[in-house]
Amino acid sequence: MTTAAPVAAPPAPRRGSPAGRSQRRRTALVAYLFALPFVASFAVFMAFPLISSLAMSFTDFRSTDIPSPFSVNVVGFDQFAALFADEQFRRSMLNTAYFVLVGIPLTMIVALALAVALNNGITRFRTAFRVGFYTPVVTSIVAVAVVWRFLLQPDGLINTVLGSVGITGPDWLGDPAWSMPSMIMLAVWRNTGTLMVIFLAGLQGVSAEVLEAAEVDGAGAWRRFLHVTLPMLRPTLLLGAILLSVGFLQFFEEPFVMTKGGPLDSTLSISYFTFNQFGFGNYGTASAASYVLFVAIALLSMFQFRVLRSKD
Amino acid sequence: MTAQLAPVVASAEVAPDPAPRSPVRRARRSRGSAGRILVYAILLVTLVGTLIPFVWMFLGSVKTEQELRQRPPTWWPQTFTWDNFAAWFGRLDIGTFFVNSIVVAVFTVLGTLLFCSMVGYALAKLEFPGKRLLFGLVLVTLMVPGVVTFVPLFVVVSRLGLVSTYVALILPFLVGPLGVFLMRQFIGEIPDSLIEAARIDGASEIRIFLRIVLPLCGPALATLAILTFLSSWNNFLWPLVVAQSEDMYTLPVALSLYSVGQNATNYGVLLAGSVLVITPVLLLFLALQKYFIRGITTTGIK
Repeated sequence: MTTAAPVAAPPAPRRGSPAGRSQRRRTALVAYLFALPFVASFAVFMAFPLISSLAMSFTDFRSTDIPSPFSVNVVGFDQFAALFADEQFRRSMLNTAYFVLVGIPLTMIVALALAVALNNGITRFRTAFRVGFYTPVVTSIVAVAVVWRFLLQPDGLINTVLGSVGITGPDWLGDPAWSMPSMIMLAVWRNTGTLMVIFLAGLQGVSAEVLEAAEVDGAGAWRRFLHVTLPMLRPTLLLGAILLSVGFLQFFEEPFVMTKGGPLDSTLSISYFTFNQFGFGNYGTASAASYVLFVAIALLSMFQFRVLRSKD
Repeated sequence: MTAQLAPVVASAEVAPDPAPRSPVRRARRSRGSAGRILVYAILLVTLVGTLIPFVWMFLGSVKTEQELRQRPPTWWPQTFTWDNFAAWFGRLDIGTFFVNSIVVAVFTVLGTLLFCSMVGYALAKLEFPGKRLLFGLVLVTLMVPGVVTFVPLFVVVSRLGLVSTYVALILPFLVGPLGVFLMRQFIGEIPDSLIEAARIDGASEIRIFLRIVLPLCGPALATLAILTFLSSWNNFLWPLVVAQSEDMYTLPVALSLYSVGQNATNYGVLLAGSVLVITPVLLLFLALQKYFIRGITTTGIK
């Protein structure tokens, strides 16, 4: 903690001068000190687990091996071969893809519609609407999943409302064809607020002059939206897509509470598959499955970073 | 990514009311009053749809089990009862779960505030070799899902004999990448001249950080505290894995295990549990909503 002592810094440390050099060295020392908690945390909770997870994914590590982690057998790529041959894991990949590919565009469309309506369509009660639409975001997924489980019962509130307009609602959580749409419905409900706020901020950046010029030129509201607002919103839309995709790819709480991955594995996600393997004590399989998810997330993020950067 | 985030932040600071009124805008406003009513109507219906699950949860939590099974479902409770809550305060020991959630959240928040502003300051205002690498590590951390690290982390934790302890629940969340981003961004906007002046006056870096930088970070720290509290309160996968004895359950863990166990059809108790988990953050959100929304536009993360 020598750096904590007040030092009389030379009035103007010139580059290259001994005083300047020692000043810079001192600054670097302080910087490392400040970065230490993050670096330590990164090493212990990020780098180490990432590496050992990769190592474990090539072994037959089981929960019984915890006392002697180095006595496990190396099975190499057979682990991944077995994983990809596993019907259930393949199903979980398809389910995750379904959730991501349908859920993200749907959330984005709803959020964008709400943001545009709040930004251009109305003048009063903006804050009240914004707070209302954002409320689901702050709630625990576990708690809202419990509530939605009841709403989605065959004779629950949602089907009662549908019935009052003459629609016979499905057995949302009990029918393999409807269980995933139910998960997606919950996800859209819970995540729209996040994106709406981001899109609202983005819409403030859309130049009012350009919009007015387009209006003077006779462009209608829809064409203005399509040809002025949307292109100018591109970076914000991509940011929203990245944020959602990392979260959506990991989805776990919703099926855990609502369906336990069923019926017939129709809501089993990769995260859930990993958690189950962990629960069975198959740590090697769990690690391998989680790495598949990690690679998917990393590839997707890198791809999106690239798209974002090229538009700077 | 941060370069991308910067304009979002800048524009978010603008008042919620957008562009200044121009003649064209005024003309449009008087013209489209029918359209405007339609927009209000659609927004209102969507808002009601968004909030109904909460209303139904609150009303359902004070209904009797029998009424919850009644078909068609009732709206307003016919018989008002506290029994569902009594179950949580009686045999289910919600006090313990509540204290666990609070302890974990408070320590996570305190650690996050201190450590994230420290590394944020280093990244924003100090020059040192390896700065880019450090920032790269922060970016990587952002991408690693908890589901990848929890298996080996659990092995470590159980070898250290830390399963079902506060240490295991808190320690991995003390320096989150989003906090680092937020603080780096905010501290970056503090004028260099201010820090330079303090340096010339002979203040040490630590003194500058404690006496000049931190006091100026008030709003950012408030936002970070709230967002961290929220994510800790709602955190699920790691507490589910590492809290294996009932006396260490956090609220979401207790609720989820109760809801998938043999009590899965104990509707009233489950709804009351949801109310107990959701209400604290709901109140926090309603009281401090502008900080939430500022935080989300700054970091882009809930």
